[in-house]
Amino acid sequence: MVADIGFGSLMITLIVSIYGLGAAYYGQQNRKELWVLSAKRAMSLVFPLLTISVGSLIYLLLTDHFEIVYVTEVSSRSMPDYLKITALWGGQAGSLLFWSWLLAAFTSAVTLRKWDRDQDFLPWVIIVSLATLIFFLILNVFFENPFIQYWQTPEGIITAFSTPPGGVTIFPRDGGGLNPLLRHPGMIIHPPMQYLGFVAFIIPFSYAMASLITGRSDDRWIQLSRRWTLWAWLFLSLGLVLGARWAYDVLGWGGYWAWDPVEISALMPWLSGTAFLHSVLIQEKRGMFKQLTMVLIILTYNLVIFGTFLTRSGLLSSVHAFSKSAIGPIFLAFISLTLIISLVLLTRRWERLKSREVLTSFFSKEALIIISIVLLLGILVTSFWGVLFPKISEMVTGQKVTVGPPFYERVAAPIFGGMLLIMIICPLAVWSYASFKHLGKLLWKPFIVSMIGIALPLYGGLTHWAAVVAFWLISFVLAVNVFEFFRRTKIRRKNQNDSWGSSLLYILKKNRRAYSAMIIHVAVVLMALGIVGIEFFQTETQGTIPEGGELSLASYTMVFEKLDIFDTDDARNVARATVSVEKDGQIIDVLYPRRDFFYDSNQPMTIPGVRSTLVDDFYVILIDWKTISAEGATFKVYHNPLVKWLWIGAWIFIFGVVAATWPDKKTKLVPVRAK
Amino acid sequence: MEELQPIEANPRQGNKLKFIIGGIVIVAAIIYLMVSSLSVNVQYFLTVEELLNKQVAGELAGQNVRASGAVLGDSIQYNMDTLELRFTVVHVPGDNQLLEQEGGLASALHNAVTDPSRPSIEVVYYGPVPDLLQNEAQAILTGKVLASGVFEADEILLKCPTKYEGSVPDQIES
Repeated sequence: MVADIGFGSLMITLIVSIYGLGAAYYGQQNRKELWVLSAKRAMSLVFPLLTISVGSLIYLLLTDHFEIVYVTEVSSRSMPDYLKITALWGGQAGSLLFWSWLLAAFTSAVTLRKWDRDQDFLPWVIIVSLATLIFFLILNVFFENPFIQYWQTPEGIITAFSTPPGGVTIFPRDGGGLNPLLRHPGMIIHPPMQYLGFVAFIIPFSYAMASLITGRSDDRWIQLSRRWTLWAWLFLSLGLVLGARWAYDVLGWGGYWAWDPVEISALMPWLSGTAFLHSVLIQEKRGMFKQLTMVLIILTYNLVIFGTFLTRSGLLSSVHAFSKSAIGPIFLAFISLTLIISLVLLTRRWERLKSREVLTSFFSKEALIIISIVLLLGILVTSFWGVLFPKISEMVTGQKVTVGPPFYERVAAPIFGGMLLIMIICPLAVWSYASFKHLGKLLWKPFIVSMIGIALPLYGGLTHWAAVVAFWLISFVLAVNVFEFFRRTKIRRKNQNDSWGSSLLYILKKNRRAYSAMIIHVAVVLMALGIVGIEFFQTETQGTIPEGGELSLASYTMVFEKLDIFDTDDARNVARATVSVEKDGQIIDVLYPRRDFFYDSNQPMTIPGVRSTLVDDFYVILIDWKTISAEGATFKVYHNPLVKWLWIGAWIFIFGVVAATWPDKKTKLVPVRAK
Repeated sequence: MEELQPIEANPRQGNKLKFIIGGIVIVAAIIYLMVSSLSVNVQYFLTVEELLNKQVAGELAGQNVRASGAVLGDSIQYNMDTLELRFTVVHVPGDNQLLEQEGGLASALHNAVTDPSRPSIEVVYYGPVPDLLQNEAQAILTGKVLASGVFEADEILLKCPTKYEGSVPDQIES
């Protein structure tokens, strides 16, 4: 019954979407505004309709309806309710429905704004976003239906949505349960953020296409979609960081990023999306690179779809991949179609998007931004090639090959270094005309301060040259930004005879976009600090010790106090070690590394005990224990310096993006363009 | 930035060549990084059978490769004191068509561990036992074949396709 409601509203959403697309096209072609209005209303309906469908599936998961195949696959009686809800995106069919639902939320939200000034965009925005939604709904309805059931027929057990001839519904007693690796609070937030980031980029793409189709070559589509883009970017960034955090806490045993193909497929739209954001900035300020902006949003959209395809086609081996599925070819067809159509549209408007402005100096802001875009695209191409090269090589030579993390690291590390270098100069550079002399004047003080970044690590006994360079770059960027804030506040204070505090507040308010950009860049640099810490300075040790035994690493000593083994209500057997952490002979912390064994899926999950400070993380994993646990247990211990800055940077990053998207109180200002 | 005045006012035409050369230099550097890194970091991705054949033919010579196969559950041994993990991996076809003939990856893995005539190789790994290591799991191993014929893995990636999706539940009441 509930499954019927769920599938029924899914079908109705598909029909309404197809109607909306048709009505928008008809109304646009025949200049009948009522049809466009009708299409707009249809689009505002897709979200409530799909909510019924998603609500039905959540209900089925929560109430243990194991006659539904999807529920059996991803849920089990013993799972707590919050995990039963997250099981919505724990498998292929449900996560596709979840994806469609989020996309529907965005498309419906788009209809809410006032369209008075931009009526000509409206039908095309509706058509592009609904077309994307229709594609995902078709996948859900015809290929990956989350509402199909088990039936007993004379021929055996089959799965189908409607009753087969002679079929009787069968009710399995329990489900297989969510993959234990997914039973973690990270499951609540990481996939939804990642998905939100993916689908939100579809909205700026729709505006871009609307702009190409209508032939408006002004910046209006960018202004309209700016906030969408920033939110999309924020969600995508959050998804990546939360995934890294989850991997650090559970999956990765001291790792946070493994260059796994699916991680890469989420990174690629982030890279092109970041490049797009920066290209938009040049277009707004200088009216240049309009073609590049278009290319980048088209690329981002297609990488979003491509990433979804990689994860879901069974093409890749990865911790993230879903099982092999028939939807691969359909995905490829859809990507090819959207790519071809958008590129054809772009070539038609290519001439019109040309700018009369030219680059004038290497040290102008636009030139520096262009270089960083090229660097971002460099990592993108590397990632893309790393993922596809094995497939291409197999097709050409018949020999299967792979590329591992060392390939990506070798290419990405120097490029990231280059980007840090640009982040140093960029806040000081000016638009259009700039010279090195002028930059040098502003750079020398921070440069001297940044020498601390070389002196301190060297004094501390650091010998790895790449790490010294990284530390220097990081301290240089931080120094430049702090000096810049200070200098501007000083000027304001001098001119207005105001206090330091209110001067700082004033400049922050007055140019919020520029300063939130500075905050975001500082946040990125802090994250880089964490990455340098764990990449260059991670140390580890391991050993089997009896109760009361010790293991030492860095300046810490861990003492194995005891081991408790017990069952929990949600069908886990937990082995939990109590470990005290000592420094200079003093106990400073107690950690509980543990290993959960899930009875329903017959699989363990290892959860580390971590002491985290601004300086370093002490990270303990319980590996194994002797039958008589007092005899001993085996631990692996990591010392991860500075890694906390990765997460602190992420928080500051979020703050910066939220500050940038915060609506202005005043009436909207038209951006001033340099002559 | 408003207080900063341009110091030199360049003529408007701009020196295009300068930027083209600059762009080419940057792009060339990235391409060089990519190509040079790719040439040192590509690994063979082999089935157990291919791995053994190449080993016999002496084509591997201690180089790093990636291999995949099915984990034989009974063979898993772990020494807690040395963290030495040993298990046997059995050949599973790498070709998608062959996999389909066997009824998909799940049943191909099952067939592999129940068929003693299949080629197999012993794997050794030093470190914690991966959570997903169990009978019929698909193991993707990175490492090299030692002179003794044992595969020493630096990294183990495991997948258990039977567990979560696509299998008919076994506890059923009408």
